Amino acid sequence: MIGKIGKQSLYGPLDDPARDAGHAEPPPRVGFFTDTSVCIGCKACEVACKEWNNVPDDGFDLLGMSYDNTGSLGANSWRHVAFVEQRSTSQTPAREPVDLGMPAFELPGARTGAESRQEFRWLMASDVCKHCTHAGCLDVCPTGALFRTEFGTVVVQQDICNGCGYCVSACPYGVIERREGDGRAQKCTLCYDRLKDGLEPACAKACPTDSIQFGVLDELRDRAHARVERLHADGRTEARLYGADPNDGVGGDGAFFLLLDEPEVYGLPPDPVVPTRDLPRMWRYAGAAALAFFGAAVSAFVEGRRR
Amino acid sequence: MTDRPSGEPAYASYYGRPILKPPVWKDDIAYYFFLGGLSAGSTLLGAGADQTDRPALRRGSRVAALGSLALGGYFLVKDLGRPERFHHMLRVAKPTSPMSMGTWLLTAYGPGVGIAAASELMPRRIRRTTLGRLIDGLARPAGLAAAAIAPAVASYTAVLLSQTAVPAWHESHEELPFIFTASAAVSAGGLGMIVAPPHEAAPARRLAMFGAIIELFASRRLESRLGLVGEAFSTGEAGRDLRRASTLTAVGTLGSVLLGRRSRAAAVASGVALLAGGLYERLGLLRAGTASATDPKYTVAPQRQRLESRVNEPRE
Repeated sequence: MIGKIGKQSLYGPLDDPARDAGHAEPPPRVGFFTDTSVCIGCKACEVACKEWNNVPDDGFDLLGMSYDNTGSLGANSWRHVAFVEQRSTSQTPAREPVDLGMPAFELPGARTGAESRQEFRWLMASDVCKHCTHAGCLDVCPTGALFRTEFGTVVVQQDICNGCGYCVSACPYGVIERREGDGRAQKCTLCYDRLKDGLEPACAKACPTDSIQFGVLDELRDRAHARVERLHADGRTEARLYGADPNDGVGGDGAFFLLLDEPEVYGLPPDPVVPTRDLPRMWRYAGAAALAFFGAAVSAFVEGRRR
Repeated sequence: MTDRPSGEPAYASYYGRPILKPPVWKDDIAYYFFLGGLSAGSTLLGAGADQTDRPALRRGSRVAALGSLALGGYFLVKDLGRPERFHHMLRVAKPTSPMSMGTWLLTAYGPGVGIAAASELMPRRIRRTTLGRLIDGLARPAGLAAAAIAPAVASYTAVLLSQTAVPAWHESHEELPFIFTASAAVSAGGLGMIVAPPHEAAPARRLAMFGAIIELFASRRLESRLGLVGEAFSTGEAGRDLRRASTLTAVGTLGSVLLGRRSRAAAVASGVALLAGGLYERLGLLRAGTASATDPKYTVAPQRQRLESRVNEPRE
């Protein structure tokens, strides 16, 4: 099966990556919409992912980063919940506390008066592989171990991967990683096995607040835009989508996010670009360098004949 | 938010942690880059020496081309997470993967190098047999065929590094191929000065000199063009290795130009300096990439700048 390389195969918006990869009649592309504004940091996604996918433990490390002891996505963490504590931000206007009708915990400063309250907020976000429209990892994989599934997701075939490590450096998000002691590249499969049986991925299933929403990507994007409008109407103007734009550097993410601050605050790159975008240009420079090398070698001999 | 020393551009990060994963490629891959370049340059020198009747340069270069290719291949396989699966590279030919293209380049390049070297290494007993005569007859065309592919073998590795999200490698994609081929020329020239007597080694000296000049210019351009990301090449271990590389290459080139024609000892010493310079060059380039992936400022600051300039001049 040889797929054609289309005009938008390397970069730019692409309607259906599964079809572009050679799937004849693919089902609609699916993905995640992670709405971090309702994430409560319970880490059920991390646990469910580990259990379902048999992802080994990654050591008992206390990182001193708020409640985050996972640190980052990696070979042994396919979901990662980030915790950011912000004392004050220009992004959040000072608001009066709202009575949620919850069982009584006293609000900080409730007794001492409003003047001693600190403006404080907690950002929590469950990160995951973005299943890019233009996936750097997939483009560089020299064995064909990484492939585009019929659902438009990107998966490593563990029986093929020989651990060359190229995908690790090609991912602009720093997601995929080689597992120590195993030698193969590992990352989220968007629960390919569950998708094949018509089930939603384990993390979305386990999420108690629907911060992680699974579904057909087009529907998720509509839902996400509506959610941002709603939040903006409520005065939460810092809400923004990340990875939802098909015109971005990776052609849009299959797993995208609603964030409440700049992406880099959550450890996400602000403007990721698939390295493949520059591939033709890079080969042109390499070609010129190769010709110069050949020319240098020939001229070294041509002039040397008389000596 | 991270504390920032004054003068550095403002950027936020998640507890100062890197956004990218550091490359898994360690020094082994730098050795491969060095050896692959050395092999490619030696193949060119060997073919040229064959055409211009320089037996010592031809013999030494052909044997070195095979030896360095074999050793480089060893490092390449050793660096895999699953070395026993190295042949999985041969399942597919994938134009978007420079590593896949490189696999097939090496597959096309290897046999010619092997035949040319075999004709030099054959014991007299085998040389008289039909097989021996066949190999001898094929040595010249095989060497030429390998020489036609050799420049690509020396330059594809630059694309391999550049087609990554690693800031130092990706941003340097204009200069890296020239640095790689120039460094290959320097290394092969250095080896030619070691294996061949001075009266045969003039092409090796010239090749090394051409390479040294191009390497110098390309490296300067790289560091001045890249701005913040260029710091990855001038600081830390990478900066130290690259400075050693320039010094050794400069000393070796001067030595060969001034003394290489008269003194075999000076030629050998210059050749050794040039080889060491080539090795440090590759180590430095590899380490610059790792350093740039490990510090989030190299990822965030340029992307932030890009975003801000896009807001100021919206795309049409």
